[in-house]
Amino acid sequence: MTKNPNVVEVAASAPVSDQDSAWIKSKRYWYLTSIALPAIPLVSAFFAVQTGYGLLLWFMVAVMYAILPFIDYLAGIDRANPSDELVEELQSSRYYVYVMYGATAMHWASLVGMAYVVSQFDFSWFSILGGALSAGIANGVALVAGHEMGHKVNDKGQVLCAKLVLACSGYGHFFIEHNKGHHKDVATPEDPASSKFGETIYKFVRREIPGAFRRAWELETARLHRLGKSEWSLSNEIIQPALVTVAAYTLMLAYFGPIMIPFLMIAAAFGWWQLTCANYVEHYGLLRLKDKNGRYERCQPKHSWNSNHKASNLVLLHLQRHSDHHAHPTRPYQVLRDFPEVPALPSGYPWMFFVSMFPSAWFSLMNPKVVSWAEGDMNKVNIDPDMRDEVFKRYHNPKAAA
Amino acid sequence: MKKYECPDCGYIYDEAIGAEHEGYPAGSKWEDLPEDFPCPDCFVREKPDFVLKEG
Repeated sequence: MTKNPNVVEVAASAPVSDQDSAWIKSKRYWYLTSIALPAIPLVSAFFAVQTGYGLLLWFMVAVMYAILPFIDYLAGIDRANPSDELVEELQSSRYYVYVMYGATAMHWASLVGMAYVVSQFDFSWFSILGGALSAGIANGVALVAGHEMGHKVNDKGQVLCAKLVLACSGYGHFFIEHNKGHHKDVATPEDPASSKFGETIYKFVRREIPGAFRRAWELETARLHRLGKSEWSLSNEIIQPALVTVAAYTLMLAYFGPIMIPFLMIAAAFGWWQLTCANYVEHYGLLRLKDKNGRYERCQPKHSWNSNHKASNLVLLHLQRHSDHHAHPTRPYQVLRDFPEVPALPSGYPWMFFVSMFPSAWFSLMNPKVVSWAEGDMNKVNIDPDMRDEVFKRYHNPKAAA
Repeated sequence: MKKYECPDCGYIYDEAIGAEHEGYPAGSKWEDLPEDFPCPDCFVREKPDFVLKEG
């Protein structure tokens, strides 16, 4: 075998207590939060209509940036890993896939429901803005579901649902760009979806969104050309979900009126922004080194930031166990594992996303962690080239760490 | 017809089947695939990483 013996395999064979196994099995019910979470904007919209209190439309924004981080803080850490036998059992169960199908349906219901409420009832522009941002948070969560299913390229049902759920925010190119592009180039300066040390999220997003789209289009064009087809055909898997988006948005515009133009634009953009936050947080500053042939080392567990925060892991499909995800991209969410000694975020994604929007807070929180990860050797860090001199002057000190 | 296995995810490239969706039709010989051919399942291993399956 050519397989490298690395931490991934060592950790997998560690003994697992009965208590841990029971907890991991019981997570099947907690994963239903992937259906419940997109239902929150719908429920809050219902109450906004019932009570006439339009600020309730903001509720999902509060869930994301205040309530979830608070629950995350209270619920603490979950290090439980499934045993090899349990991995087999959980992996072969279709239940976990059906939860994803349920989430797909709920995401569309939620988006259309919120569109209906903001257009058909008399709310202030500020309340409608809250509704659009709430729908945007749900769209961001939809990208997590689309990410999970989009990796299961040999399962037609999951690929179809990935396209449908990504279409909520018109981000259907994601699963191509992510599987074939980001996973290949992760933690290198070439990857538009890996953030660099010293790069603010506002600079990153201008590189990430166009770069990711360009890469997706190039990869899909190359695939279609191999098949002897034009990129301008219905076989194009970027065009397919885009048509779903165009059809659904056109219908909403026709039925719900011109308010749909700002509403859908804000909801889609804020959904994209959630993904930008995820990409920004997941590999900040981490760098794969080149071997003597100029080829990047394989993506190792140390090339992703992780979080074991229990609550956010349950609602975000264990995406935060990101090292295992990059080591084994097809591993389904219910069996993703934690590894000792991987780079760890101080909190779960919801709070990290919030912090990422304040560059000075982000830098003071994360820069020291990256420096200690690299043991003070800034040559081993993925640095924003514009900041290189400044970063070296301030942080480069390999001897001190040695 | 030979078979090659992805050492990461266990995907098997069978020359008799090819990887239709990725543009390599049934019968595509392993030798004819490009060096940067990625595993069409996990996409994180490339042709040189694949292992010839015996039998």
